[in-house]
Amino acid sequence: MTAAWSATPAWARPILVTAALIAAVLALRLPAAGAPDARLLLLLAIWLGAWAVNAWLVAAYPGSRIRALVAVLFGVTLIGLWELATRLYEVPRVILPPPSMIGARIMTSTDTLWTDVVQTFFKGALSGFAIGTGAAILFALVVDRFDFLRRGLLPVGNFLAALPIIGTAPIMVMWFGFDWPSKAAVVVAMVFFPMLVNTVQGLAATEAMQRDLMRTYSASWAQTLLTLRLPAAMPFIFNGLKISATLALIGAIVAEFFGSPTRGMGFRISTEVGRLQLDMVWAEIAVAALVGSTFYGFWALLERRVTFWHPSQRGR
Amino acid sequence: MRNLLPVLTVALALIAAWYVAVVPMNAQWERDQAARAGTELAFGDLVARTMAQDRPRLPAPHQVVAELWESTWVEERHGRRGWWNTGSLSNRSLVWHGWVTLSATMLGFLIGTGLGVLLAIGIVYNRAMDASVMPWAIASQTIPIIALAPMIIVVLNSVGITGLIPKSIIAAYLSFFPVVVGMVKGLRAPDAMQLDQMKTWNASGVQGFLKLRLPSSMPYFFASMKIGIAAALVGTIVGELPVQQGGLGVRLLSGSYYGQTVQIWAALFGAAILAAVLVGIIGWVQRTTLKRMGLAQ
Repeated sequence: MTAAWSATPAWARPILVTAALIAAVLALRLPAAGAPDARLLLLLAIWLGAWAVNAWLVAAYPGSRIRALVAVLFGVTLIGLWELATRLYEVPRVILPPPSMIGARIMTSTDTLWTDVVQTFFKGALSGFAIGTGAAILFALVVDRFDFLRRGLLPVGNFLAALPIIGTAPIMVMWFGFDWPSKAAVVVAMVFFPMLVNTVQGLAATEAMQRDLMRTYSASWAQTLLTLRLPAAMPFIFNGLKISATLALIGAIVAEFFGSPTRGMGFRISTEVGRLQLDMVWAEIAVAALVGSTFYGFWALLERRVTFWHPSQRGR
Repeated sequence: MRNLLPVLTVALALIAAWYVAVVPMNAQWERDQAARAGTELAFGDLVARTMAQDRPRLPAPHQVVAELWESTWVEERHGRRGWWNTGSLSNRSLVWHGWVTLSATMLGFLIGTGLGVLLAIGIVYNRAMDASVMPWAIASQTIPIIALAPMIIVVLNSVGITGLIPKSIIAAYLSFFPVVVGMVKGLRAPDAMQLDQMKTWNASGVQGFLKLRLPSSMPYFFASMKIGIAAALVGTIVGELPVQQGGLGVRLLSGSYYGQTVQIWAALFGAAILAAVLVGIIGWVQRTTLKRMGLAQ
């Protein structure tokens, strides 16, 4: 027994232990519940099998390519189990539709989904993101010139960034109407302080020695800013932009829960939930996930291009 | 403390800007009223009236503070349904709504944090888990998973699960991912030299975890808890929107239905105070813990 155990490769041991545990639980329940459910056994077998494949892949081929494949396999397995479980157990569609149905729904309602993306992302989130981050960067330049303001605004900004600013949505709807300007306003309020705090910190990231060197070159404020301080602030600015990118879509979608015209991702989600059309809800969520990660990925890629010199970007 | 003066100045400036904004925001209504009555409004009168409207577009700060006071202490102390008269919290008071939100937030946050820490330990000790789960945990940070909230509420309601639990589930999954990502970073914070040192001392795996990895993860743990609790609160508030059974989210939504702007602002400030207190408590625990561990900067 011990020999067999030590002959088992290390990656397989947790899987064997889990399988043994599951078998024990099923065996203990046997007298009471009769034969174990074949559907459950099938799902468990698939899960354990996929886990074994992944564990073996990671142990046998160390390297980043294989790790990406492992992550994809994990995701595919989850979706497969979801599909299989909803079909085997005949889960009602108003509780959890299978992924294939959601996919079919995405295919058949591209027009609606696109209208919603335009309304929520391009009009609401993107304009609010541009205004909010732009204003924050400009304001940060002002704040940076006055140390007193900087010391006062940083704690206040950090404090405000932790508050549930999304709650201003009903107020913005009252001020700017149901259409996208109110969503953009919520987004502006949400992204402004995280962006401001990050930019101000970034502008302070240069060392006194470097700034002195610029002074010995008799560089003007604008020259120092453009050639030294803005480049040095870029990692911080991109951090703020990435935080703001996720906040922007969240803000635009949640703001629509408080009132919107008859289009938009948040509107669609809340009304289709009410009509129990859950495949449409999941379709919107899938699209929101795609749009959100693309928007974030855009800034992450740009960051890699712009701040290639920074230690966090090197050595990858 | 050397930042006290600048911070106070900025806070005062914000309040002053708010007061200044009240006049143009609310002036139109007063001018219309005056025109309808055929009277002229002196500027002083106009300013005074914009500060005391019943349903202003932008309530003045003191109106919001007064509403907060009215809907907490006054409602509970003197209200017909208040604590002093009935022995239970009034369902019209912000204390009760705040409690509904707070209890769901805390339950969800505790579940989310606990599971998040467990998964992080699994990820750090199991390479297959690391490669499978970690990319998805990071990706979940970039997508608006809060969009799932209305569906979770309605679906759980339709299978008979109502009240605290559905909101807590939303709060839990929103606080779960930041904790996973932060804790994985924290548990990996010890460098190779420190891990080797543990090995030279012949420390077991459990000892290595309890005496090196866990203590080094604490700064990351508190930082991610602060993010997690803020996310949990937002999740709870959004989760309260579809089913109107009390909570700060309901106050926000019903205020916007009935044009009760002062009520919206009071609920907003109630939520802000709640968030500030929760984050403040974690910050305080963080400072005392890290100081006793000798990790404070």
